[in-house]
Amino acid sequence: MSKVRIPAQLRTLTGGAGELVIDGSTVGEVLKGLDAAHAGFAERIFDGDGGLRRFVNIFLDEEDVRFLDGLATPVTDGQTISIVPAVAGG
Amino acid sequence: MDFVSGLRCRECGRTYPAEALHVCDFCFGPLEVTYDYERVAATMTRERIEAGPRSIWRYADLLPVADANPVDLGAGFTPLVRADRLSAQLGLGELWIKDDTANPTGSFKDRVVSVALTKARQLGFKIAACASTGNLANSVAAHAARAGMDSVVLIPHDLERAKVTMTSVYGGRVFAVQGSYDDVNRLCAELTSEQPEWAFVNVNVRTYYAEGSKTLAFEVAEQLGWQAPDHVVVPIGSGSQLTKVAKGFQELWQVGLLDEEPSVRVSGAQAEGCSPVATAFAEGTDAIRPVKPHTIAKSLAIGNPADGWYALDTIRTSGGSCASVTDDEVLDGIRLLARTEGIFAETAGGVTIATLAKLAAQGVIRSDERVVAMVTGHGLKTVEALADVVGPTATIAPTLDSFAEAMAADSAYASTQRSS
Repeated sequence: MSKVRIPAQLRTLTGGAGELVIDGSTVGEVLKGLDAAHAGFAERIFDGDGGLRRFVNIFLDEEDVRFLDGLATPVTDGQTISIVPAVAGG
Repeated sequence: MDFVSGLRCRECGRTYPAEALHVCDFCFGPLEVTYDYERVAATMTRERIEAGPRSIWRYADLLPVADANPVDLGAGFTPLVRADRLSAQLGLGELWIKDDTANPTGSFKDRVVSVALTKARQLGFKIAACASTGNLANSVAAHAARAGMDSVVLIPHDLERAKVTMTSVYGGRVFAVQGSYDDVNRLCAELTSEQPEWAFVNVNVRTYYAEGSKTLAFEVAEQLGWQAPDHVVVPIGSGSQLTKVAKGFQELWQVGLLDEEPSVRVSGAQAEGCSPVATAFAEGTDAIRPVKPHTIAKSLAIGNPADGWYALDTIRTSGGSCASVTDDEVLDGIRLLARTEGIFAETAGGVTIATLAKLAAQGVIRSDERVVAMVTGHGLKTVEALADVVGPTATIAPTLDSFAEAMAADSAYASTQRSS
């Protein structure tokens, strides 16, 4: 089970919750599990080809999954996945 | 009264009211301020601007907030310096330096922060916050103090000492984060969801903040006698400044302030140790691959640039170029600018000048173009970078003999004596 942190922009899908616990053995599985639990996440996070949308960053603990194995990155119990809008900073 | 008609997602076109929103709720695309340009055009004249304050606020009609008493330390209207000695060295023709080292806290960030905090105050925020590579931290802390707002600034732990002191002196909270700027930025992006009552200038107020960079283009055009240059060279951190400079020239044309439609080639400058945009440009791809930065140009050390894709698009559609330079070239660039024009730039300015030199040598920037290079931060902020390459000619005893001995040992001085 991993903790998933939800940004303010997507909390309308979770009834206001900023943190959920979801099952899955990879980042992609957890995110799909998130959509199964709260419909609407998939279309907001994934593009038409099933990849991450350009302006969505996903972090496993502190690391951007693009520096790991992307959506196929394995997730172990107790790790935290954060969904973060990419447009920030500079 | 401002002329803002709302916010619009650059990706999917959804529209939003002019509130503290920075990304589209649906696709996470960046929101852009939209203006009623017809009303701006009917109001904004050269005479009205020229009668305005000698700051960014002379262009208030094209800024996203109107306030008779903005949060202002005097940002903007910095010198545009004709750089003939530098130009001769580089084999260029008409070259100008936009000297933004002259801003109140020594960098272009004063432009964006003055706009962001004026808007934040109007929206009811009492606390100013940011993720920063240093220059923004200086500016947010200073402007917040000026406005009587509290500030919370997050910076990477390994910044230049002057930038840390220049932030802390203003009395706000400063958190040195054990991580890179991208780590700090991610933390702030997450904090924004937890602290919605804080105005993170480059997160939830970023849409307004970014508009402040347009004033670089407005000033350059006004200082050139209401003409756009042929080519500008702009450093790339997040890529926001570069896209907004291009937008600025276009807006001036749109509201009737230029006689001729601008056709400005926009070129980007990056440090080799953090060059995701230059790499994508060189490879001809659309995808910006994030990197782990390693460069002395810490103010540009953003490995995952928020506006990287838009900067790349602006460069390509304008017919510009993008290049990266090594840390040694950055130090050469700083010294070249200082020695030819008397302007001391921070490492980001060294990136700009070294890239200008490189693109000139490649023939990309041509001698028949009117060129403007953006020098965006003061050298006193990053003196550590120069510690090993500049210093006193000699250390001497306070005697005439000691002085004479040191002068005789100085081969450069000896040669001037021979030739005269």
